[in-house]
Amino acid sequence: MSAFSATMGRPFSGAARTAIVVVAVAVAVALASLLPEGNPLHVSAFVVSLSGKYLAYAMLALAVDLVWGFAGILTLGHAAFFALGGYAMGMYLMREIGARGVYGNANLPDFMIFLSWNRLPWYWWGSDHWAWALLLVFAVPGLLAGLFGWLAFRSRVSGVYLSIITQALTYALMLAFFQNGLGFGGNNGLTDFKDILGADLHAASTRAMLLVVTAVALAGALLAARFVVGGRFGHLLIAVRDAESRTRFLGYRPEQVKLLVWVFSAMIAGLGGALYVTQVGIINPGEFAPANSIESVIWVAVGGRGTLSGAVLGAVLVNFGKTLFTAWLPAFWLYGLGLLFVVTTLFLPNGLMGLRRPVRALPAAEVTPEVSNVEGGEA
Amino acid sequence: MRSLACLTLVVAFWLGAVLAPGQGARADDFAGLARGQFEAIAGGVATLAASGDPQAESVLHALEQRRLFFTPSGGLFIRQGEVYRDARTGQPVSPVPDMIAPVRLNNRVRKALVAAWAERDLSSPLVAKRLGAAEALYHRPDPAMLPAIGRVLSGEKDRAVRSALVRARAATILEQAPAPDQVAARLEAVASLRAAGGLEARGILASVAASASEDAGVRAAARAAVSRIDWTLRVWGVLQNAFYGLSYGSVLLLAATGLAITFGVMGVINMAHGEMMMIGAYVTWMVQQGIRMTVPGLEPIALLIAIPVSFVVCAAFGVLIERGLIRFLYGRPLETLLATWGLSLILQQAVRSVFGPTNIAVETPSWLSGSFALGGMEITLNRLGILVFAFLVLGGLMLVLRRTALGLEMRAVTQNRRMAALMGIRTPRVDAMAFGLGAGLAGLAGVAVSQIDNVSPNLGQSYIIDSFMVVVFGGVGNLWGTLAAAMALGMGGKVLEPTIGAVSAKIAILVLVILYIQRHPRGMFPVRGRGIES
Repeated sequence: MSAFSATMGRPFSGAARTAIVVVAVAVAVALASLLPEGNPLHVSAFVVSLSGKYLAYAMLALAVDLVWGFAGILTLGHAAFFALGGYAMGMYLMREIGARGVYGNANLPDFMIFLSWNRLPWYWWGSDHWAWALLLVFAVPGLLAGLFGWLAFRSRVSGVYLSIITQALTYALMLAFFQNGLGFGGNNGLTDFKDILGADLHAASTRAMLLVVTAVALAGALLAARFVVGGRFGHLLIAVRDAESRTRFLGYRPEQVKLLVWVFSAMIAGLGGALYVTQVGIINPGEFAPANSIESVIWVAVGGRGTLSGAVLGAVLVNFGKTLFTAWLPAFWLYGLGLLFVVTTLFLPNGLMGLRRPVRALPAAEVTPEVSNVEGGEA
Repeated sequence: MRSLACLTLVVAFWLGAVLAPGQGARADDFAGLARGQFEAIAGGVATLAASGDPQAESVLHALEQRRLFFTPSGGLFIRQGEVYRDARTGQPVSPVPDMIAPVRLNNRVRKALVAAWAERDLSSPLVAKRLGAAEALYHRPDPAMLPAIGRVLSGEKDRAVRSALVRARAATILEQAPAPDQVAARLEAVASLRAAGGLEARGILASVAASASEDAGVRAAARAAVSRIDWTLRVWGVLQNAFYGLSYGSVLLLAATGLAITFGVMGVINMAHGEMMMIGAYVTWMVQQGIRMTVPGLEPIALLIAIPVSFVVCAAFGVLIERGLIRFLYGRPLETLLATWGLSLILQQAVRSVFGPTNIAVETPSWLSGSFALGGMEITLNRLGILVFAFLVLGGLMLVLRRTALGLEMRAVTQNRRMAALMGIRTPRVDAMAFGLGAGLAGLAGVAVSQIDNVSPNLGQSYIIDSFMVVVFGGVGNLWGTLAAAMALGMGGKVLEPTIGAVSAKIAILVLVILYIQRHPRGMFPVRGRGIES
């Protein structure tokens, strides 16, 4: 029932352009931050890390868009994968501190000494090697998504049920990470980072570099996503989204299609989380909060679900708005965000990207709920 | 300087009284109390209590309350406010005698007092008095009272008093130093304490079991008795947890029924459901405040008045939301989820702006506060009240669904919307009513929750995920599913809690539900029939 025809026109022509724009802007901001203080074009370190944060969020939005916009899975727990990637990166950054922590122990992070642990838990082994950390950034969210998706899609959990259990998943993870005993710093999470790959995290040049790396990663993710949803697999994906039963009857395996895109999406989210941590300098269990996941869905909705560039646009715009609002009218941000949810779902079903091209009018009022629930050709 | 001199004099006289007991004192039943030594005072208490003097009781009360004074010459005075009365005659004395000092208390004296009261109360015709005396002797065993206990026990008819006396006697026997000829009596005492149970009996028995001078047989019996009592206490502990589980389950039930109804009828999860609960709790508070200001006489039943008011207010909100928002999103259940989430943010912030971000104090009426003991369990009245309330609501809801036209229409739409519409049911109206009913139920849940939890703008958030779990776990087929799921989740959490901790229990429950949904994608009680599933 969704805008099948709309997405099939020349749906992804924007993705490559968006990727180029993102990288160009990021490089410009990064270069500007390296100019001397007095120069009129100089931008502050705050702006650099803020831009980096937006781009990391854009990767999360891209991940959500892949599963929601193209596979029809409304995830309310994608922040879990984002945070897991962040924790994987946080572990590496924690080990980079080495003996410069408060307790001066070269092997153990401060919080473990505080808990009077005398050696690293096994899952921290190897976290001092950047290559292993990079592997974890993809592997941990990927494995969790694989396990969860395999169980869920195989037994055909779908629709609202699936949304609710993704929310339960991130909620359970949040509760678990709040526990000191889990070995990830409990309440405080992982913070106080000093270096990355030997470069000082607080130096302007490192920050500029990280922004460019994030932009390149986002651009790469955009192009990879475009590759995935273009071509044959993309057609299959949209077929599953719009008519799952019919696709199954044609001999395809919708659960495998969904699982593939679900794991791919979780990995993009994990990478986004890892880059987020390097620029924000902290990761704590609050990142798992169900509200964060739902917020990332609204970025996609604002930008336009099912359009890769729309996810990036939505994430940047909504977060920019949030920055402005919370600085000027903190009490009104929640009203604004709430209204955004309501207005977007009511009046902008295809988001801002939908404004650009004619949208097929949906006979929404005539479609009764079951009919639309019946995935497949009856509608 | 003068006060120092006075003090010296007092100390000198006190020393004189201690060192030369009875010097210049009158030798009557009161004399023992007018002394400085604890041993002498304790003896004096026993003598006075046994004397049957009409003044004895008031004197001993005065001693207990530290209002009894003495002079070295053997005078005994009771202070009442600023006036001192002679303890023997009850006449006020003036001027206040010189060298007056309070009669001092220590544990030994207190024990003598307990014995004195017990001695008196044990022969009282009132059951309550005798029971109190027996309990007091159990808590502070006094070997001197053993003959008196035996005497009363032989003639006692009341069962409660008898068992208290048996316990007191057992505690007293075990309090005495072990002697070879006492083994049989001590074994019997161990057996009675074992039968009595409780933490105090366990304490006595544990010290007997650990005592080196004790007979080996008695020690073994005491050890066995301790483990037996431990087992009983554990069983009560499990039952207590089960009660907490039931209580939490009933809160979940209240929170989830409304959600289940809207989900069943419309296929829509109302993310603002928690905020409806929050509004219900705030309405409760407003009703309480309003009644206090207008009709203070009705204050005790303000909570009962708040029940229908909350229902109506929240139901009105629900209908408003359905008519103003949800109906434009038909056929898009996932979008509805997002829109209602946005709505929940707005409602939270609105309540925060109007009432402030801090907790408000919703009062618990006196008839709903406090607790009572049921065996080894403590049942708090507010939790019991919520349990009863939840089942009343569930019963009422079942009546609505089974016996009213609206209920029939709602069930029809749940089973097959299109068919129901073809049969002439006005589905938009049913949707609005179902949404209103769901929101009203959330309001009722808010009234209940206001009695056990903090009421703040965040109230809804703390219940919403658990309520979702109940709905997806139970399925939307019928209310029994919601009931079973709410109780299973409530009990499951509380039963796991003692072994793995509260947070881990919560995580375990969430993971179990997630896994369960994989096996049963439509919950425990799925709706069967055509047109429901894809």
